[in-house]
Amino acid sequence: MSAIPALAVDNLSVEFRTRSGIVKVLEHVSFSVGKGETIALVGESGSGKSVTAFAVMGILDAAGKVTSGTAMFGGSDLLKQSERDLAELRGRELSMIFQNPRTALNPIRRVGQQIADVLVRHGGATRADAPKLAIEMLKKVRIPDPERRAEAYPFEMSGGMCQRIMIAIALACRPALLIADEPTTGLDVTTQAVIMDLIGELGRDSGMATIFITHDLALAAEYCDRIVVMHAGHIVESAPSQTLFADPRHPYTAKLLAATPGETASLAELVSIPGNLPDLRREDLPACRYSGRCERLVGRCAEPLPHQTIGDRHGIACWNPL
Amino acid sequence: MLKLLLSRLATAVPSVVGVLIVTFMLTRLLPGDPAAYFAGLAASPQAIAEVRTKLGLDKSLPEQFVAYIVDLAHGNLGNSLSTGQPVAAEIVNRLPASAELTLVALFVAVAIAIPLGVLAAVKQGTWIDHLCRVVTTAGVSLPVFFTGLLLAYVFYYLLQIAPAPTGRLDVFISAPPDITGFYLVDSLLTGNAETFWSALKQLALPAISMAIFSLAPLARMTRGSMLAVLGSDFVRTARASGLSSRTVIFTYAFRNAVLPVITTLGMVFSFLLGANVLVETVFAWPGIGLYAVNALITSDYAPVQGFVLTMAVLYVVLNLIIDLLYGLVDPRVRLDA
Ligand SMILES: Nc1ncnc2c1ncn2[C@@H]1O[C@H](COP(=O)(O)OP(=O)(O)OP(=O)(O)O)[C@@H](O)[C@H]1O
Ligand SMILES: [Mg+2]
Repeated sequence: MSAIPALAVDNLSVEFRTRSGIVKVLEHVSFSVGKGETIALVGESGSGKSVTAFAVMGILDAAGKVTSGTAMFGGSDLLKQSERDLAELRGRELSMIFQNPRTALNPIRRVGQQIADVLVRHGGATRADAPKLAIEMLKKVRIPDPERRAEAYPFEMSGGMCQRIMIAIALACRPALLIADEPTTGLDVTTQAVIMDLIGELGRDSGMATIFITHDLALAAEYCDRIVVMHAGHIVESAPSQTLFADPRHPYTAKLLAATPGETASLAELVSIPGNLPDLRREDLPACRYSGRCERLVGRCAEPLPHQTIGDRHGIACWNPL
Repeated sequence: MLKLLLSRLATAVPSVVGVLIVTFMLTRLLPGDPAAYFAGLAASPQAIAEVRTKLGLDKSLPEQFVAYIVDLAHGNLGNSLSTGQPVAAEIVNRLPASAELTLVALFVAVAIAIPLGVLAAVKQGTWIDHLCRVVTTAGVSLPVFFTGLLLAYVFYYLLQIAPAPTGRLDVFISAPPDITGFYLVDSLLTGNAETFWSALKQLALPAISMAIFSLAPLARMTRGSMLAVLGSDFVRTARASGLSSRTVIFTYAFRNAVLPVITTLGMVFSFLLGANVLVETVFAWPGIGLYAVNALITSDYAPVQGFVLTMAVLYVVLNLIIDLLYGLVDPRVRLDA
């Protein structure tokens, strides 16, 4: 990790206004990713991984509100930028790839045009040479027969192909930070590996920082330098991948790993972690949102969560770690 | 695109055949005996029978149907019994009046409803959204003849800004030369400003009545469809790529959102074809709707038949246009064809 992180999120809290009241979806979320580093954000469904990404990108729904925190990126705080300044950064300096490539592309616009739109928007090209550059991008993400494919519509392509288009859109302007939100969910195993390799490779070439959101611990371990574990809107543990696998300290991480039998395990298949995520709408949410499911509960667990760092960059938010 | 056109044309054939049969049967089943009506009140049974033979009404239904089809093939829709004029010529003469009214109404409705719906969705929860809701609610709850009467009452009778609701032109103004049959267009083409203004003033109230009526479904559909699309994944992608809000709203969101609006447009247009009859009656508009109503009252079935047939053909053509328009916007439809 370099001295200045590409992105440093500190103390981020996000609330959603819903019909049944305010939901504190994220609380005191802090993490950082260095230049050229790849980190994984893992956690069960509903733990707030996507919301974290959306908050950083400034594309939360109208119902969502950032209530505290900073996200330092290239010397400025993304959370305090005006929408206009953010729009300048998005797609050029920070990009995002979404789950579900089929619905994430405009169904009635040729894929080449969709790539060209981004290039033109960020001054990378004029309308006249954008199509040629778009085809270059298609080559980079190894789409066969790119000239013809540029004229295709998303519905004429497979899920894996669509995801490559998404990658081409996201990386068209060589961003400094890429957030990939479950980019391989719904793709078959071979395509998964191809997509992951592609992101890794293109990222390495340009020293891009990558946040890889996933359910899949094995995949995270294989491709990421560091893993950040989320639970119910809190970050419970973060450590370099090997350290986390060898020496998990938070009870939740330990359960996750114990429930990950081997190479192919994913959180989606987990049945063995007792209990569910707490209902975030509750007024009296406990300080530690895992306490309802935890076997190592002690008296202090009701106090505000500690954030301790052991050794080199291994952070835990727990009063009674393993 | 040509393939799409041909396949859609082919599917239109059965509907046209159906329409032919229905229009034929419909007028035969209407109450009232045209022979008795035209022989006059004091006619003897022989006189009535004579008229019946002359009209071909004594033949069997299949024979009458064949005669009807043969006539149609020659562009002959029969003669009006009350005026003696050929129905086809009469309909061709009157169609531009109805078409001008309907198209202007539709144009006004679209020009208001679509921007209103888009703005209401983009600025959800603001005053413009509330305005949209009020307009759509009012629009659906006011029947078109009522709006027509109300407008005529307020703007002609009370305020006296609108001209008398009696036809396409002020009585002292002569009609423009017949080029397209649309007075607004013809008067402009011949550079006749006076006629243009008169035609526009006469057109305003009936067109607005119909526009108000068709505004509601269009605005509501635009708003709903826009909201759905704005919340979709690909709009989020577009925003995450930093595309300007203009590109996001128009190139990405609106083009997708317009698809169901096109369908609604087709529906609204066919409502308008029906609403024409009422509005033309209220404003003494010399279109085919008024013609049909007058014919219906006198059991003059040839014009009624001609009217229904014209409407049906218009409806089929309209659906064809809607399908083509849809295909133009949505590549997925083109492929299905
Ligand atoms: N628009 C919204 N309104 C209300 N609550 C929301 C909204 N979006 C997300 N949430 C809530 O935020 C929490 C976290 O959601 P998020 O989508 O970030 O989870 P996730 O970790 O990405 O899950 P998944 O793995 O299923 O994608 C959930 O409890 C969800 O209900
Ligand atoms: Mg998610």
